[in-house]
Amino acid sequence: MQKIKGFFKKKTFVFSIVLFILVILANFTLQYTNLGPDKFAKRFMFLLDNNIRGFLPLILLAIAQAIVLINGSIDLSIGNLMGVVAAFLVTQYTMDDTIERFLQVFVIAIGIGVLAGALNGIFVSLVRIPPFITTYATSFVFSGIAMWILPRPGGNMPEIVTTFYRKTLPLSLPMGIWIILILMLLWLAFRNTRFGAHMYAIGGNEKAAFTSGVSVIRHRISVHMIAGFIAAFAALALVLITGSSDARIGGAMTLDSVVAVVLGGTPMSGGIGGVVGPIFGVMTLGFVRNIVGFADVDTWVQSLVDALIILIALASPSFIKLVLRQVRK
Amino acid sequence: MKKSIGFQLPKKFSPPVIALILAILLFVASTFFLKTNTGLAVMLKRGQTIINITAYLGLIAAGQTIVILAGGEGIDLSAGTTVTLAAIVTAVVADKSDANLPIALAAALTAGGLVGLVNGIGVAILKIHPVVMTLSVSGVTMGTILAIYRGVVHGGAGPGFNKFVSMPFTIGNINLGFTGAVIAWVFVSIMIWFILNRTQFGKHLYAIGVNREAAHLSGVHVTRTAIFAYVLCGVFTAFGGFIVLGYIQSVYFIIGDGYLFPSIAAVVLGGTVLAGGEGSYWGTMSGAIVLTVLDSILTSSQVEVSVRQIVLGILLLAVISLYGRQKALRQ
Repeated sequence: MQKIKGFFKKKTFVFSIVLFILVILANFTLQYTNLGPDKFAKRFMFLLDNNIRGFLPLILLAIAQAIVLINGSIDLSIGNLMGVVAAFLVTQYTMDDTIERFLQVFVIAIGIGVLAGALNGIFVSLVRIPPFITTYATSFVFSGIAMWILPRPGGNMPEIVTTFYRKTLPLSLPMGIWIILILMLLWLAFRNTRFGAHMYAIGGNEKAAFTSGVSVIRHRISVHMIAGFIAAFAALALVLITGSSDARIGGAMTLDSVVAVVLGGTPMSGGIGGVVGPIFGVMTLGFVRNIVGFADVDTWVQSLVDALIILIALASPSFIKLVLRQVRK
Repeated sequence: MKKSIGFQLPKKFSPPVIALILAILLFVASTFFLKTNTGLAVMLKRGQTIINITAYLGLIAAGQTIVILAGGEGIDLSAGTTVTLAAIVTAVVADKSDANLPIALAAALTAGGLVGLVNGIGVAILKIHPVVMTLSVSGVTMGTILAIYRGVVHGGAGPGFNKFVSMPFTIGNINLGFTGAVIAWVFVSIMIWFILNRTQFGKHLYAIGVNREAAHLSGVHVTRTAIFAYVLCGVFTAFGGFIVLGYIQSVYFIIGDGYLFPSIAAVVLGGTVLAGGEGSYWGTMSGAIVLTVLDSILTSSQVEVSVRQIVLGILLLAVISLYGRQKALRQ
């Protein structure tokens, strides 16, 4: 018993994976009860491909958010930051740009993301304004900039890139799955670096990390810059879905990213957790919305069911803990 | 030993005072900036208008102040939907008649209190982070509203209620220049002052805001106090929604959404520390006035929405750099 409890405590993402499997089972029983096994496999791939591609922007944002939260900060501007980069991308590209031009512009876009992240980091750690307020204020700045760049929804993406992104299935698995796998591997490598260790140390106890010689200020700026860097990729994943963008799209995704991280077992208190859980958190969130969409739920009741499932999912780990404590007494 | 070496404003200028001075400066500057008539009478009238508009935000930010003071990273992200909920309940129960108003008020406050109770239980007993908890409760509240009313709400505020909230208040023949909403605001601010400074609950609230462990050890019932803070927050926010309905008369489904983030900004601008335990409602009131003055300048100078957002964000950062800074790690 103790061993099991210890495992759950150490691997915070286990709960989210269990939840994810439940959700995906429910999803497929609802969608495929009427299909034969042959058709099933084909439909399955198709839908998985589409779904994962749709989730990818939020997955990337959740990863960025998770890293910032582990570091003991928070980024409420991450969605709007992504919005700025997305607006920049779709206004710079035309339908028939070459790969070279695509890369050139994207490098600048990454620069914008990193710069915006640095702005957050500087205000949080040098000026010492609490991260919640800093990023809340910069979220206004970023959403304003996004609206300024892209006043009306629209824009273009190079066709070569969008076709490649949508049509390629390496080893007959959807591209999105490969990207997620690569991200997980990158994370494992990153976590075990010196930088990664410091990140956890600062998130766990800022003062202790400072006293043991970790450069908290510089480190936190870097973490916010990394978040901006990842958000630039999220912007790319976003504009690749539709080939266009909307300046207002990012705002709603910020809070979704926080919910997904917490759903994935990485708490907001900092110092513990990882990004594997949050990745599953996003997929759980997405599939829950799918289930509610596919099940025969009245349209007006959908958002209630959706919100209730998420609330229950958020509450159940602590609820189980509470019950266990009562039982032991 | 001297306490601080770095840049710090003298103690007698507390954040609320700075916010108020800032509001007045901005207001005076705006008069020149907008090249309106600078006569004293006109200025007074504009000042009254600003206060009249601020009343709604001020009322809604009252609840937010209480939960933020309670600490534990407390915040209420369901404030927007609570306003909507209260407005809808009032509209349905009052049904365009002034006679039903007391029942409508009671129903709206109960609804708000219930939302607060759920928030409080989630945060204080289940230990879910306030940001996530109140956000998902906000989703559930909105979902419930949509499921029940299916996009159409009939009813609204009665004519007398509307007149009281949005028309300048008169006593006998004297026109006060302030609307009933401002009267309600003053009433609520006295109530909050009393709750925070003259009751046991208020003392406990500040105590758990500063240090939960210490408060617990000195005999404060932390969980109960925290839950009650959220319930009170729900009730006061609902009262804000009730007054907002009187102003707008008929209800729509995003009536409260625009109030959520300004309510937090008002609290922060008023010098209440997000970590809890330090701050006051009168700070929030001045913060709300600053926000409204800013908004009125940006609106009447007719710049684009995008530029307005950028300026608002930069100003928020600038103002908070004045007094919202945390201690350096080496101190």
